[in-house]
Amino acid sequence: MADQMQLYEVFVRSRRGLDHKHVGSLHADDSAQALEYARDVYTRRGEGVSIWVVASRDITASQESDCESFYDPLDDKPYRHAAMYELPEGVDSL
Amino acid sequence: MDKANVSETEERTFQARIDAEEKIEPKDWMPERYRRNLIRQISQHAHSEVIGEQPEGNWITRAPSLERKAILMAKVQDEAGHGLYLYAAAETLGVTREELIDRLHTGASKYASIFNYPSLTWADIGAIGWLVDSAAIVNQVSLQNTSYGPYARAMVRICKEESFHQRQGYNIMMTLMKGAPLQREMAQDALDRWWWPSLMMFGPHDGESAHSAQSMKWKIKRRSNDDLRQQFVDQAVQQAEAIGLVVPDPDLIWNEARGHYDFGAIDWQEFERVISGNGPCNRQRLAHHKNAHDEGAWVRKAMAAYEVKQRSKARDVA
Repeated sequence: MADQMQLYEVFVRSRRGLDHKHVGSLHADDSAQALEYARDVYTRRGEGVSIWVVASRDITASQESDCESFYDPLDDKPYRHAAMYELPEGVDSL
Repeated sequence: MDKANVSETEERTFQARIDAEEKIEPKDWMPERYRRNLIRQISQHAHSEVIGEQPEGNWITRAPSLERKAILMAKVQDEAGHGLYLYAAAETLGVTREELIDRLHTGASKYASIFNYPSLTWADIGAIGWLVDSAAIVNQVSLQNTSYGPYARAMVRICKEESFHQRQGYNIMMTLMKGAPLQREMAQDALDRWWWPSLMMFGPHDGESAHSAQSMKWKIKRRSNDDLRQQFVDQAVQQAEAIGLVVPDPDLIWNEARGHYDFGAIDWQEFERVISGNGPCNRQRLAHHKNAHDEGAWVRKAMAAYEVKQRSKARDVA
């Protein structure tokens, strides 16, 4: 029944060489069916060359609200950014 | 801090984010009224896409050529897809598909009242694509900047597809206007019947609109009903004139000072009558939707049974 259907997240690669990009979600009974639905719902005009479907419950996500504990230690490492290193007079680009 | 203070702080953070043109995402804290307001608006929008398939589906088997039939089928398929994008966006707010469909069936949730008018002739398919989809685009373009992320992203996808809908409708009208006198009459008759309901699609005047002020503050809505309606009129009048159609409004006149068309008074009594359930096709539209839903029950059941069987097979092999 409909209430047993799983939620799937859909990712589409628009052409070779590009990343798969999240485009939306849909309900399906299994991943093969999710793939067929994704084709009908998200690629009616040749929007993609490849589709990924992933059961939403299999995704583990960090939260923006956890930003502090998650990313804080990274902010005190300016030496990771090229902009920290000054160039001498006469060298415009490196 | 006590509970009231916590939610006050959260509400300030929430409003600050909106004021800074940042999007609200599903897991963010949001005021309960923002959530409810969005569920109301998005589900109403989703239902409109789906119910809107009915007046158009009515002409698929009678389209005048194979090409027109293929085009109309593609358009109606798009509408189903748009409904799905929007239901999915609404579901991120913690409501289920079943609840949304149930609210449509009980009348607790509305859909665009224009779909309660019948599509009597082939020209109506032209008028719906041209006027109804144009009106929808004017509204939806502004909603691409709505504050709720999933809704805004659904709008971007929908707007990409809508311009085909509008053009195929205008093309039907244009073709009829190049035809025999009877065909031109048919096109004019369709415009006469669909013009005013199209203007009503933008909802009550700004001063009368029940949800407008709060929705603007929360940036759920980005432009006012009257502002959007004026843009639609300015565009459509020019498009009508270009193919020889006459807009059925004796008060319509270009206002040089405003740089816009002035137009006649909208019959809000008719709007109220239709939106509250007494338009020409309200009962038929809902009955048809319920019927299709009930008749599809065995398909959903069969799919679920197939899944159970596949899983038990996989277990046996393992």
